[in-house]
Amino acid sequence: MRPPFPGTPDSSEKSANLTVELETQGVSVYYGSHLAVKQVSLKIPKNHITAFIGPSGCGKSTLLRCFNRMNDLIPGARVEGSVIFHGKNIYDPDVDPAEVRRRVGLVFQKPNPFPKSIYDNIAFGPRVNGYQGDLDELVERTLRQAVLWDEVKDKLKMSGLSLSGGQQQRLCIARTLAIQPEVILMDEPCASLDPISTLRIEELLKELGRRYTIIIVTHNMQQAARVSDFTAFFNTEIDDEGLRYGRMVEFNRTEKIFNSPAHRETEEYVSGRFG
Amino acid sequence: MATQVAAQANLFRRKARSKRVVLDWVMTGLTFASSIFAIVVLASILYYVFVNGIERFNWQTLTQLPPPPGDQVGGFGNAVLGTVIVVSIAISISFPIGLFAAIYLSEFGQNSSTASALRFVIKVLTGVPSIIAGVFAYGVLVLSTKTFSALAGGVALSVLTLPIIILSCEEALRLVPADTRAAAYALGASRVQTVFRVVLPAALPVILTGVTLAIARAAGETAPLIFTALFSFLWPDGLLKPIASLAVLIYNFAIVPFENQQKIAWGGALALVILALITTVSFRLLLSRRQETITI
Repeated sequence: MRPPFPGTPDSSEKSANLTVELETQGVSVYYGSHLAVKQVSLKIPKNHITAFIGPSGCGKSTLLRCFNRMNDLIPGARVEGSVIFHGKNIYDPDVDPAEVRRRVGLVFQKPNPFPKSIYDNIAFGPRVNGYQGDLDELVERTLRQAVLWDEVKDKLKMSGLSLSGGQQQRLCIARTLAIQPEVILMDEPCASLDPISTLRIEELLKELGRRYTIIIVTHNMQQAARVSDFTAFFNTEIDDEGLRYGRMVEFNRTEKIFNSPAHRETEEYVSGRFG
Repeated sequence: MATQVAAQANLFRRKARSKRVVLDWVMTGLTFASSIFAIVVLASILYYVFVNGIERFNWQTLTQLPPPPGDQVGGFGNAVLGTVIVVSIAISISFPIGLFAAIYLSEFGQNSSTASALRFVIKVLTGVPSIIAGVFAYGVLVLSTKTFSALAGGVALSVLTLPIIILSCEEALRLVPADTRAAAYALGASRVQTVFRVVLPAALPVILTGVTLAIARAAGETAPLIFTALFSFLWPDGLLKPIASLAVLIYNFAIVPFENQQKIAWGGALALVILALITTVSFRLLLSRRQETITI
């Protein structure tokens, strides 16, 4: 038997000023009858960047989508266990998933701006959520936050799709910031970008990490090491019937995961001696 | 060294008589010939209509009423107006219903058994001969109101265009990527907000193309109008009276033995073609202007 997987980062130094933003309690996800992620319990610290790393099929993206109930949109997907946010299980029947998603934003793997103008891309979220303030000001502020303002300020009426891939992804980040979320989920946000765009997004992430709780899924271990404060390592396991599922192996401060992991499989993965 | 290079160059040389190369030529030739054939057929129809119709396509024919037999003047002004009226009635019935049905099929029903059953019925409806749509409107409207009317003609054409509009709108909505929908949901939009503020605007250009096709189809139909809208030698006079239309005018005048009438029929045919052209071009312009402000 394996030792129980820790759900809380190292309780020693600095942990006194960590507050928990999101907590999963025994979360399992099924697609139909197929188990995708098994029994994950972890606590996501507030106003820090948490990275989910692991090989393909380990369920890190699936788990990410539990935090804002995006799995609801996949036919046949079922979530067991609880995701606690503000003391409330967001999977309780009386919870409105749209309200959860307004507080927990998601940036997708592939940049997916709406086929609307740059301005309307940003304004869409605030509009559907009944934003009462000055939209022009909000659009400018979020574009500045996403370090895109200088590049697009003269062409706000042009289509979001006319931007380059890296700009589109920053537009998508700005669009998420515009709904003023408390948590931002990012599903491999740099997977389809070139190295220079990736660098810019990473700088932006570090900046945002001071004020937002960010969870980022990444295939890129260097990226996790560069940007994150905490890292959860996921791995695949094969059950008695030969079916593959994902589980969390280890969760700790990023430097611990990369320098002195508690599990051998973590060490093998982060040092590239995997499989 | 030189021979080596030469040998390498030889390696990549096209082998003129190989089976693959011959097949390549044959297939390219076949596809090219087929497309040329299709264009020639279309172009000769247009040419024939133009050459025969241009003589009676002028301000006089566009503004005058059809002549009685034996008269040497007259036109088809009431038929142009009648076609516009009847087609407008048809589209204003079938477009809203068709669009909402398509939204149900693509966004709400999706793969439910109700949606699959509906989709099957609609596909069957597209294959229904147009005269059946006319018989239906005759039974429902002409018999109950005891008069042939523009309204009955419009309803007959709406029955005919409804399945076309539903299927083309559903196709247009399905072309909107799932990622775009997911992005709207992830920003806290409800299903209705996602459909009406994101999916529908994104699909609009393709939807309008489908509507253009439906309009062109409706304007050219004769059979459903013969015993619904009937025909009139007078200007349109209310929706509950018989009304003239270009298609029925062509049908009526092409088969009579009077040369003047036959020429007017040709003029009407040209008017119909031009009407379809104007519709298509104006929708295109509308779309490209919209794209200019948004895309470039």
